Amino acid sequence: MEHLEEVFRAARREAEQAEVFSVSSRTVSVQFEANELKQVQTKESSSTALRIFREGRIGFATASGGGGWESLVDMAVETSQFGSPASFQFPSRFHRDSSKVPIFDSKVEEIAMERMVEIGKEIIAKIRGHTPGILCDVQVTKGTSSVSLINSQGGEGRYDKSFLGFSLEGILVRDTDMLFVGDSASSCRPDFIGIDDLADRVIWQLEMAKKKAAVSTKLLPVIFTPNGVASALLSPLMLAFNGKTVLEGASPLKDKRGEQVFDKRLSLWDDATVAYGVGSYPFDDEGVPSQHLPLVTNGVVTNFLYDLQTAALAGTQSTGNGRRVGGGFPSPAISSLRLCRSGGDVSFRAMVEDMKEGLIVEQVIGAEQGNVLSGDFGGNLLLGYKVENGEIIGRVKDTMIAGNVYQVLKELLGIGQEARWVGGILQTPSLYCPRVSVATKES
Amino acid sequence: MTALFAFIRVKGYNKGVRNLIADALKGQDADYIEIHFEESQATNIVYRGERLEEISRGRNSGGNIRALVQGSWGFVSFNRLDGLRDKVALAVEEARLASREPFKLFPAEPVVETVVPQLEKVSTDIPLAAKKELLDEYNDIILSSPKIQSTRINYRDGRRQRTFANSEGSYIEQAKTDLTLRLTAIAREDNEVQQAGLSLGSNGEFSAVEGLHEQAREIARRAAALLSAPQVKGGEYTVLLDPVLAGVFAHEAFGHLSESDFVYQNENLQQVMVLGKRFGGKHLNIVDDPTIPNLRGSYKYDDEGTPTRKTHLIRGGILEGRLHSRETAAKMGERATGNARTINYLFPPIVRMSNTFIEPGSASFEEMLGDIEEGVYVKDWYGGMTSLEMFTFSAGEAYMIRRGRLAELLRPVVLTGNVFTTLQNIDAIGNDLEMNQGGGCGKGGQYPLPVSNGSPHIRIRHCVIGGR
Repeated sequence: MEHLEEVFRAARREAEQAEVFSVSSRTVSVQFEANELKQVQTKESSSTALRIFREGRIGFATASGGGGWESLVDMAVETSQFGSPASFQFPSRFHRDSSKVPIFDSKVEEIAMERMVEIGKEIIAKIRGHTPGILCDVQVTKGTSSVSLINSQGGEGRYDKSFLGFSLEGILVRDTDMLFVGDSASSCRPDFIGIDDLADRVIWQLEMAKKKAAVSTKLLPVIFTPNGVASALLSPLMLAFNGKTVLEGASPLKDKRGEQVFDKRLSLWDDATVAYGVGSYPFDDEGVPSQHLPLVTNGVVTNFLYDLQTAALAGTQSTGNGRRVGGGFPSPAISSLRLCRSGGDVSFRAMVEDMKEGLIVEQVIGAEQGNVLSGDFGGNLLLGYKVENGEIIGRVKDTMIAGNVYQVLKELLGIGQEARWVGGILQTPSLYCPRVSVATKES
Repeated sequence: MTALFAFIRVKGYNKGVRNLIADALKGQDADYIEIHFEESQATNIVYRGERLEEISRGRNSGGNIRALVQGSWGFVSFNRLDGLRDKVALAVEEARLASREPFKLFPAEPVVETVVPQLEKVSTDIPLAAKKELLDEYNDIILSSPKIQSTRINYRDGRRQRTFANSEGSYIEQAKTDLTLRLTAIAREDNEVQQAGLSLGSNGEFSAVEGLHEQAREIARRAAALLSAPQVKGGEYTVLLDPVLAGVFAHEAFGHLSESDFVYQNENLQQVMVLGKRFGGKHLNIVDDPTIPNLRGSYKYDDEGTPTRKTHLIRGGILEGRLHSRETAAKMGERATGNARTINYLFPPIVRMSNTFIEPGSASFEEMLGDIEEGVYVKDWYGGMTSLEMFTFSAGEAYMIRRGRLAELLRPVVLTGNVFTTLQNIDAIGNDLEMNQGGGCGKGGQYPLPVSNGSPHIRIRHCVIGGR
């Protein structure tokens, strides 16, 4: 942080344009392993990134930790000899007049480590109260971070952000049979998340998985719970709406703007303005103001996600989605996605009752390993339940699902009434899809 | 403060740093304390189609402290060396918040040593212009092939210089370089998009990524061929795995299960993983070995200062060993194996693999293929994932096998199974061991850790393949 101005001034002497981005954070987390507190940790980290335009080309370098910022300018100059041509301008103003996105709550700082330990113990006590033999790994994490950005167009800004999160992974082993359950909750505002919600969801998973059920290899209707949507369907969609994938012509949606691609009742937003949302920010990592951006409106593709460079190459504007993973090179990425319905919603119970034979998918592993670019998903069902004649009859194992998001989301049998946040970055209802391929071991 | 970190860069042990650490540890009330310092640098080059998307360089420095009190750990990571004593005190205070059953770490002899890698052509010394020129060639080859819409090239090299010291008197400096390259060809026809890729890496040796022109042509051809390839029908098949995918299988399906931090506090799982239990046929031998020279997963001391050794996980089909940190070894009454590793100073060491592979058997490829009436030959990989009991891994390239012969190319397939039954279902092991150095391993938020894995061709009966 203290080096930001210094790096900026030094860079301006070497380059036509310069931008310095700096982020520092402090997180504390308590970690329970197999029901017991194993470790408490405090992490401090900071990083500074310099981007320059030199002789019309982009140079980029990062320095994290205590050292290295003195060599930032040299490293950026070196890379600029080979960098791509700079085809955009840094923004001169970071804020819109009216917008102010709340993402900091000073209460986070007041939560003592002892209280975090208690929270973890309470979560574990609730789960073990239901299933005594379960082994829980629980993490309670709090943190604050500050972001500063300055550029040679006169743009300058900074903000602070807070974070509190709980996560639980439970494992129950019987012989070689392993059952994994789990969920998480996170917010910038401690009051927005509760232990009971998290525990109730995990207890529901344990209830549904109590018995085992068999399934055979065929096409079946599937309900993806909010967790299921996140683990099976999210990756291909994030890739397809990424302006870079669209620009290079590899997105299946590249010529589909204005076309009906998804079920008419589905709308999808990228929303960086959710109050106290962990994906929210007042301006993105390049200084572009955040937005509430429609990606799909009533099934019609409306927008893609852009950062400055990609937008300039595509002849459009940045959508405020220039993000830097770990303080690195900016690239288009979601802030938080909200999948919304417009009418036709049904209760979860009604969806289940509607099924003669089908599956409920909570968690798949390996869903991102197929041809994600073409919309394919597929993976092993880590947690899923069989439905017969309108009732959940038990957990399904040794089973793979496979499908294509554009096929399964084209016409849905139902959209759940209750939308829920998953991992702080996706808000979605349950989705009831007509035909998904299910493959299993022949016994 | 930067001056102090710069200090560490000097080769050979460093009196200044040793004294600083000794001072910080003096009089602290803990059962055990360790301190890590680290300096690293990296170069990234990313292409997307015709555009060089990113070319960047970075430096990183920092450190951490881990303290053990009454069976629980405190951990503090930091960017600045100032106030080191206070940081140690904070780690001790954190550890005191919890109290598990006290235990003694697996005993270790104090070590004082400096380890420097010996390479012919170190990637971090190659000029940026030369790296770019080589990648340009690969990119041009792929882009100029028929039906290719775009490419992805991800190149990364780096060097990590680590200093480890603990309250038992160890002081170890180790430097390690690493290199990864992934080439991807993306083909498109109408609305159909398919991709094929090549993933490799080395211990920093640059020659590993030179001369790949023919492979670049080949992945472009394959991506285009996939556009008209059929998708396999989901179900159970006899599958023949190439060395790359079989290596991923060894890593995903069994390697992770051998990491003792999954097992040491789980009594039920301990019963499943009892040493001496049969897991596969007599022909099955699985090994983890960080002592093999010059692989990505090779190192002399792990991040707890434990010297490394070869561990037989399965020998003759019988479970013989597992991977340990000093904590898990002590708690399970076994030996520390030197597998406690971190990706960087922001994380405490956890039990990880190094170079994991299935040892070669005697079957030839033709023999294994010839016996298959209908099956699938799966090659190369997109990735793999495991939940201990279940695993999935995906093949980048697949062919139907009919009447003992390779038949048509298939769309990429995802294989899945239950570890325990699948190991039993391996019915043939080839004689052609190859190590794969691409990718990286992720666990507990620590990704990518340099590892390698390998195998000869193997044949598995009754394997579930997902499909539509």
